[in-house]
Amino acid sequence: MSTAVAMDERTLGATLTVDDLKVTFANKRQRVEAVRGVTFGIAPGRTLALLGESGSGKSASARAIMHLDNRGVELGGQVRLGDTIVSALSESELQKVRGGLIAMVPQDPTASLDPLRRVGAQIVEVLRVHGIETNRRAARDSAMNLLSRVGIPDPSRVMRAFPHELSGGMRQRAAIAVAVACRPTVLIADEPTTALDVTVQAQVLELFSELQAEVGMSIIMVTHDVGVAREIADYVAVMYAGRLVEIGSVDDVLERPAHPYTAALVDSVPTPETKRGELHVIPGRPPGPGDTPQTGCDFAPRCKFAIASCMTMPPPLVPVGTGHLAACPVVDGLVPAELAGVAV
Amino acid sequence: MGEPLLVAEHLTKRFPNGVLAVDDVSLTIAKGETVGIVGESGCGKSTTARMILRLLSPDAGSMQFAGEEIGMLGRSRLRSLRAKLQLVPQNPQTSFNPRLSIGSSIAFNLQSHGWEKRRLSARIGELLDRVGLGASYSSRYPHELSGGQLQRAAIARALCTDPELVVCDEAVSALDKSVQAQVLNLLVELQRESGVAYLFISHDLTVVEHLSDRVIVMYLGRVVEEGPAAELWRNPAHPYTKALLSASPGAAGPRIKLEGDPPSPANPPSGCCFRTRCAIAINECAIERPRLRETAPSRRVACLRAEPALISAP
Repeated sequence: MSTAVAMDERTLGATLTVDDLKVTFANKRQRVEAVRGVTFGIAPGRTLALLGESGSGKSASARAIMHLDNRGVELGGQVRLGDTIVSALSESELQKVRGGLIAMVPQDPTASLDPLRRVGAQIVEVLRVHGIETNRRAARDSAMNLLSRVGIPDPSRVMRAFPHELSGGMRQRAAIAVAVACRPTVLIADEPTTALDVTVQAQVLELFSELQAEVGMSIIMVTHDVGVAREIADYVAVMYAGRLVEIGSVDDVLERPAHPYTAALVDSVPTPETKRGELHVIPGRPPGPGDTPQTGCDFAPRCKFAIASCMTMPPPLVPVGTGHLAACPVVDGLVPAELAGVAV
Repeated sequence: MGEPLLVAEHLTKRFPNGVLAVDDVSLTIAKGETVGIVGESGCGKSTTARMILRLLSPDAGSMQFAGEEIGMLGRSRLRSLRAKLQLVPQNPQTSFNPRLSIGSSIAFNLQSHGWEKRRLSARIGELLDRVGLGASYSSRYPHELSGGQLQRAAIARALCTDPELVVCDEAVSALDKSVQAQVLNLLVELQRESGVAYLFISHDLTVVEHLSDRVIVMYLGRVVEEGPAAELWRNPAHPYTKALLSASPGAAGPRIKLEGDPPSPANPPSGCCFRTRCAIAINECAIERPRLRETAPSRRVACLRAEPALISAP
């Protein structure tokens, strides 16, 4: 089975492995397959960027790793953290994993911090629930340390502040402090800088790198931004229509893409050399949740390399280099740079 | 620079809550030119745009559009002005009436500018063709369109009265990158056809550089630097511009770190508003507010320390 080959390539020495992950949102009227068989692993202390456009299934994958959604969600596949099969845990066992071994930084910290409780109390709670600090006083001291560790200049004030009293950047730092409080093995960050200004984004990305060096955690960074992926990731997994289309080291995937979608996505961002009005574009749009999935390659209708067989069978992810896999048999390992995009 | 289309001088806006959103901002847009405004949230770029559109009245300052003073226009004159001055908003989902078809929304715009009923459908079809949607989209409703398609419809609506200036306020920010590229190319193509000028506001620096002839950098309600886009990116002079450009993901060269957040616009620092986060600030920066002064032809900088010899200092 192709998945087995892929597993070896992608999960050797991994802390966290995700095997054939499937996420389906279902209600009485319709079923939406948001994630359709995604496999990857992440090594200790490394960062994997899950890169894709809206609706590609990147956030749904990240949330499924922690079993965050229950109602109306069908999960398939296996998530393994070290020797623990996370996907087989009961809800009460999951509670210990969440925020302990695997923690999450959301896109919008206003949604994850409790608006009615002071920031300090929220960090203290995490520390005590997971048994890191049993003594209230000691927990407060640790919380204070954490806040100064994430670059908050005035931790004693922020301890007493409510989330709405902080700026966006400070709030995201507070959410990161909550997430790293228990020194998680894996940190999942879902577009953590998308709502922030660029200068603050730069600060927060740097903070992730510093904390990673200190704690040794693996980071899964969900992002739509090629620039962010290039900056922070060791490995990049590109998602399209709920499937992985390419995965490999950041240099391989973003500099020598082996899937036409990756190449076109990288190319659609202007560079100083791009002539005005001649941006490379991908015709059409990504499939939405209501669209019927393709029988063949999901990208085929927008792909300039597509041939007849692309329409009939979904291409498997196959190795195209060391630790570099792509799901396109047509371009055979490397998208010719001058043909990647279509200038319109 | 060509013939000036819009000349705004000393625009100032203070909101009732005390926030000085725009503080003495002057800008000129020539016919057919694209001027970009960059800056972080709260820098006053959207407020400036809203004053230019006369959606907000400035507390002080003057504006001329095609030689006519527009700062104090009454309602009926304002209406005819708005035919020449249009907006493509950030979020088309909230700017289209969900209960009107795309064609009816555009027709509403056209009729309010005196178009006769019998000419409407031909005009709407032509507009939707120009933005690459096709006339059949006229009967569709906003919820039936994707974000990119709806933004094309918003562009068609903005162009319906043959405006001379279109303000694009974060017009492509909500779109996926692959769709964003399509819309950016469309904006350029339409400009080449019609000679419309754009005031392009975005937090996305790469997009602004790509699209703009000239760029204005704002910080805390003030213009700190302006100049031709390519030159500004190659050789930024203001310490804030340098930090901003270096913070963009994928930017070349070492990153200049800014500490902390911008100060509150309700209570800006004395002197230079950037001095509290500036690595090269000196005592004088706290005393005197730096004037925008010309450092090279068409380059202006508001920094006491931005002398050619000091520009390369960290």
